[in-house]
Amino acid sequence: MNFGVVIFPGTWSDCDFHYVIGEVLHQPVRYVWHRDANLADFDCLILPGGFSYGDYLRAGAVAGRSPVVEALPEFTARGGLVLGSCNGFQILCEARLLPGALMRNECLQYRCQSTHLIVENADTAFTRAMRPGQVLKMPISHGEGKYHADAETIRSLKAKNQIVFRYCTENGRVVKEANPNGSMDNIAGVINEEGTVLGLMPHPERAAESAVGGTDGTLIFHSILGTLVEDGSFLKR
Amino acid sequence: MTAGEPKVTLDLALSHGLTAEEYDRIIRRLEREPTFTELGLFSALWSEHCAYKHSRVFLRGLPTQAPHVLQGPGENAGIVDLGGDLALTFKIESHNHPSFIEPFQGAATGVGGILRDIFTMGARPIAVLDSLRFGDPADPRTRRLIEGVVSGIGWYGNCFGVPNLGGEVGFAAEYAGNPLVNAMAVGLVSKRRIFRARADGVGNPVFYVGAKTGRDGIHGATMASATFDETAEERRPTVQVGDPFTEKLLLEACLEAMATGAIVGIQDMGAAGLACGCSEMPARSGTGMEIEASRVPQRETGMTAYEIMLSESQERMLLVAARGREEEVRATFARWELDAVEIGTVTGDGMLRVRFHGAVVAEVPVRALADEAPVYDKPTARPAWQDALVAFDPPALAAPSDAAETLLALVGSPGIASKEWVYRQYDQQVGINSLVLPGSDAGVLRIKGTRIGVALTTDCNARFVYLDPRAGTAMAVAEAARNLSVSGARPLGLTDCLNFGSPERPEILWQFKESVAGLTDACRALEIPVVGGNVSFYNETLGQAILPTPVIGMAGILDDAEARCTQWFATPGDRVALLGPEAVSLGGSELLWLRQRRIAGRLAPLDLVVERAVQEACRAAIGARLLASAHDCAEGGLAVTLAESCVSGPRPVGADVDVGSIGERADLTLFGEGPSRVVVSVKAEAVRHFEQLMSEFRVPWRFMGTVGGERLVVKSGGTRLVDLDLHRISGAWRDGFERHVS
Repeated sequence: MNFGVVIFPGTWSDCDFHYVIGEVLHQPVRYVWHRDANLADFDCLILPGGFSYGDYLRAGAVAGRSPVVEALPEFTARGGLVLGSCNGFQILCEARLLPGALMRNECLQYRCQSTHLIVENADTAFTRAMRPGQVLKMPISHGEGKYHADAETIRSLKAKNQIVFRYCTENGRVVKEANPNGSMDNIAGVINEEGTVLGLMPHPERAAESAVGGTDGTLIFHSILGTLVEDGSFLKR
Repeated sequence: MTAGEPKVTLDLALSHGLTAEEYDRIIRRLEREPTFTELGLFSALWSEHCAYKHSRVFLRGLPTQAPHVLQGPGENAGIVDLGGDLALTFKIESHNHPSFIEPFQGAATGVGGILRDIFTMGARPIAVLDSLRFGDPADPRTRRLIEGVVSGIGWYGNCFGVPNLGGEVGFAAEYAGNPLVNAMAVGLVSKRRIFRARADGVGNPVFYVGAKTGRDGIHGATMASATFDETAEERRPTVQVGDPFTEKLLLEACLEAMATGAIVGIQDMGAAGLACGCSEMPARSGTGMEIEASRVPQRETGMTAYEIMLSESQERMLLVAARGREEEVRATFARWELDAVEIGTVTGDGMLRVRFHGAVVAEVPVRALADEAPVYDKPTARPAWQDALVAFDPPALAAPSDAAETLLALVGSPGIASKEWVYRQYDQQVGINSLVLPGSDAGVLRIKGTRIGVALTTDCNARFVYLDPRAGTAMAVAEAARNLSVSGARPLGLTDCLNFGSPERPEILWQFKESVAGLTDACRALEIPVVGGNVSFYNETLGQAILPTPVIGMAGILDDAEARCTQWFATPGDRVALLGPEAVSLGGSELLWLRQRRIAGRLAPLDLVVERAVQEACRAAIGARLLASAHDCAEGGLAVTLAESCVSGPRPVGADVDVGSIGERADLTLFGEGPSRVVVSVKAEAVRHFEQLMSEFRVPWRFMGTVGGERLVVKSGGTRLVDLDLHRISGAWRDGFERHVS
């Protein structure tokens, strides 16, 4: 199970993902430069948070057209998994690998805070170690995280169970007060139809150790590993 | 030699901010009239901002040495030893003048500048903090400034990718025309890979790296060396425009280039831009430098040598590489899509020679620019207003009738209320090292791969400094150290940002002199060296100076990061204790400001021996895992400290305490302020051990009550002074800032 962490100019969660995968979860991990389209060595690619190209155009717009991102369809077609967090999610939307768009937070300010997420779909390669309805604690840190899609797309996302995480209260209630950025339907994370590309605004790598933000973020990695480790065995909690 | 440039005259020199005496001095030193470009160089390098002309004589006596200090003042940033191969570099700097003129970009580029100071040392930035001061929050202009400054700081740091670990926000009418924006940055560096701003090795190539040069920020240093008048807003063109994305690329490229071993020395081009780098670097090394200004990458057409040398365009560095290794430098920067252009060489003749398309436009001894600015020993005079200020006796006012309502008003006042409105706009976690986020007395970071932690804080109670500059500044140092000690950390060093009015006024210079004396007193007594800093004078508009505000940024170490402590009560049944002396005063207190918008009275005495003992005792108790919480008792006094301990944590927890005999004035006991005091909660099972420890350290202390319940109850000998539901306290405290500023 080889992980690759992609670096675009302006990425800053690259070191954090690399550390969590390598030092906390003890999995093989390497950096991937944004110009590198040869992904043959990897099983799972991470598109980390940051401000790729300064987000000076639209968040993720320039990186969404980079060689590494253009190589992703072929990568997923042969079974690779792609996880985009924060700027990574924005890039995947810009590249049309995920539906919808991420717009400026409704409060018009940047928000760095703890959020709670309810697991809407525990039947994906990224969430199989979770229970449906489980509440996870994960921080956000973004200025443009308001998920938006047209009504038809939202209907389709719901019908195909592609909404994976929604912002909720500590007790799992999906209400306006728990929505940190004004996302439609409190959407925090979505997956593509094929189940190979997950994007979420929160930072799972910042919730991977009890000393710094708890460990709920590791469930995503345990899910991924459970899927791809040869005997397929892992504990369903 | 200078075809097409304006003729240099005394009037032109005066319009550059130089005095007639200084202009004479330049002519004597050069034995001729300076060229236009040379005049520009001198005006920038000899500005107060760059040359510390008025402050230097006072700063000489500061304690700057300790065995663990690897780099003291005089470099881009100071460095202290963390043990093993690791060292911590940190510095604080002001960006006050630009932030008033253009709050968003002024504040943003303040963060950018201080980050470059850190990574030029070879360090990766691991935290920033920001200390802010504004005018009356009720003034709509204040709100505009706060929104601009906070979003500017956030934008730059968030995009760059560095966590904000804390800071302060204070208010007083005196800052209305001169808000303060002080940014501190902290970096982690390998001791084997510390870089300095030197131009060693005659013949080595000089590289310009980073963003292109434009006409922005020309004369920024000079602008920051004068007071404001009603035309201040017309100076917007002197404010630089930040590009945190390019700064992030510059960081990665610089660290990569440094790792190759091809870099000899490097300096940030901040204030005074190329002029500063091209003279300070060779001056430190006893060398000279020759550059061809036309080779500097430019983003505007038709720039003159004068403009190129004085531009304060951001995100640029000047570096000296080892001859023969130019390709490694170019390749590294090319990978990050940044310019790296060889613009000159290190020479042995001690001169800065600037050519422009071949013609020499400036030829000046580097030392004349970097080291020979005049040093002024100007008169100081205790202000006439000082006596009246301290003669005021706050207890002459009637005591507030309702202590509970007073407490609610205090915890909701903008200076005390939660600053979450500010720091939720800042990334606090990138790097995943943040063990204690903003909202406790100090931010704490872990250092991966070790057991240690680093604690960081900024502090200054400017009201105290105004009333007694010497004692007030010593208290600022003591409080910063206390913030670290209550977090479990031992202070390693401090960086100061001394914000004052015009040094040309003897009263202001007296404040400065006294303040530096107080800084020295406290640093000696607490054995905390000053490893770097910044002086910001001329914070004055139309004759109204700011409160003297010597902001102290401090860094400390926890030998075991697991043993850190936070300010909030945690577990019902824990015992509440007060460490430190009983002496408090309403002079300069938050209560007096709340009730009267007045800063007056005498301060409670500071005994630095007691201060040190209290901090040592506190650290020992935290190290022995006896405490569940420890909170510096500061603005708002004991009652506010207790209230914050109840509501500032993840879960509100109540307390029932008895403050003992209160004499005639409950308000003095509840809300009086004094130094060296800490409110702790002792784990129920550790009470005996704690008592022993306190007697070993011989510090004054007493138990006051017990943690638990859903109310804060404060009694005196059985009389209930305060009995409040935590929701009310929490609501007032959490909403207070936003209610006042937005």
